Amino acid sequence: MSRIVIDEERCKGCLLCAQVCPKTIIAASSRFNAKGYKVAEVPEAAKDKCTGCAACAQMCPDVAIKVWRSVKSKAKEND
Amino acid sequence: MSCQPDIKEELVFDRPAALADVPTHYCPGCQHGVIHRMVAECLEEFGLVERTIAVSSIGCSVFLYNYILVDTVEAPHGRAPAVATGVKRARTDAFVFAYQGDGDLASIGLAEIMHAANRGERISIVFVNNTVYGMTGGQMAPTTMIGQKTTTCPAGRCAEREGGPMRMAEIIASLDGVAYSSRVAVDSVKHMAQAKRALRRAFEVQVKGEGFGFVEFLATCPTNWRVSAVAANERVAKEMIPGFPLGVFKDAAKED
Ligand SMILES: Cc1ncc(C[n+]2csc(CCOP(=O)(O)OP(=O)(O)O)c2C)c(N)n1
Ligand code: SF4
Ligand code: SF4
Ligand code: SF4
Ligand SMILES: [Mg+2]
Repeated sequence: MSRIVIDEERCKGCLLCAQVCPKTIIAASSRFNAKGYKVAEVPEAAKDKCTGCAACAQMCPDVAIKVWRSVKSKAKEND
Repeated sequence: MSCQPDIKEELVFDRPAALADVPTHYCPGCQHGVIHRMVAECLEEFGLVERTIAVSSIGCSVFLYNYILVDTVEAPHGRAPAVATGVKRARTDAFVFAYQGDGDLASIGLAEIMHAANRGERISIVFVNNTVYGMTGGQMAPTTMIGQKTTTCPAGRCAEREGGPMRMAEIIASLDGVAYSSRVAVDSVKHMAQAKRALRRAFEVQVKGEGFGFVEFLATCPTNWRVSAVAANERVAKEMIPGFPLGVFKDAAKED
């Protein structure tokens, strides 16, 4: 499963990531960080829709998003 | 491990090592941050980090040296191209770029940028046009658009009184010493890919000794535009790009 991790202490809640996500799975959470910004999140129920495209991460002015993309293992039986 | 899943994951996006892992002072949605990341990525791609000397300017990006991990000279307002000229001539082996806002470059520093470009200095300029003096509270800049309200033109910029917005990428392209001049935006994934290519080329012309490299980034200043970050980003496509067309206005490689 592809996924993103938002560094909540870096997030400024601008929601530019949400604006460009092709799956529209990013939204404002109900949490505030130490600086008082309402941080962005991918709600639990939408997590499996992430394709790992990294549009959100490229858009983030605070470089607060890391993206992991799932890759099918070529040698499953050797694992 | 016996229970290892058959799907593995790969880290496909992380911050470049040349971009300090620290919070920035920029407002939410301010695109200086995106442009800093692209600069850091390009320096790494070209293997230039160790021999780069940056020149930062006066404006919100004044603390560039805290974010991009290269040696930096802080220039007086508008004088970054003159300082960069001195640095490059003294240290011809160094990669030298200046990072300037539109107030810095197109207003108080207009003479310095024009002459450095005209001389064909082997330097690269990262020009961030957000149509206002961001740092000082959103006064009108030479790049403010017709009708745009700022603190010094509260009724909107009037062409008859204040002239029209200066299109610096086109003006710079008209000078003989310039090897590359283009305008890009970072408001969408597609535009960011184009922006990255342009920045690479603006750096490459210096590395190859072809001449002066210039790239104008259209960027947001949500705070002084007094809109949300999302609305500011939408304004780039709706209002800025029609007045400041994206494109390559000069490329030495395509002339011969
Ligand atoms: C000699 C001098 N004059 C004026 C100022 C005040 N000043 C600081 S930043 C700035 C304008 C910055 O605008 P811009 O270059 O567009 O950068 P931005 O903050 O928008 O990124 C001005 C006029 C100064 N610091 N020094
Ligand atoms: S990686 Fe792509 S799909 Fe996943 S959250 Fe980011 S923009 Fe959306
Ligand atoms: S773009 Fe970055 S700072 Fe803005 S809401 Fe998304 S994660 Fe937070
Ligand atoms: S005032 Fe404008 S340019 Fe300066 S940090 Fe805030 S949004 Fe960015
Ligand atoms: Mg400005």
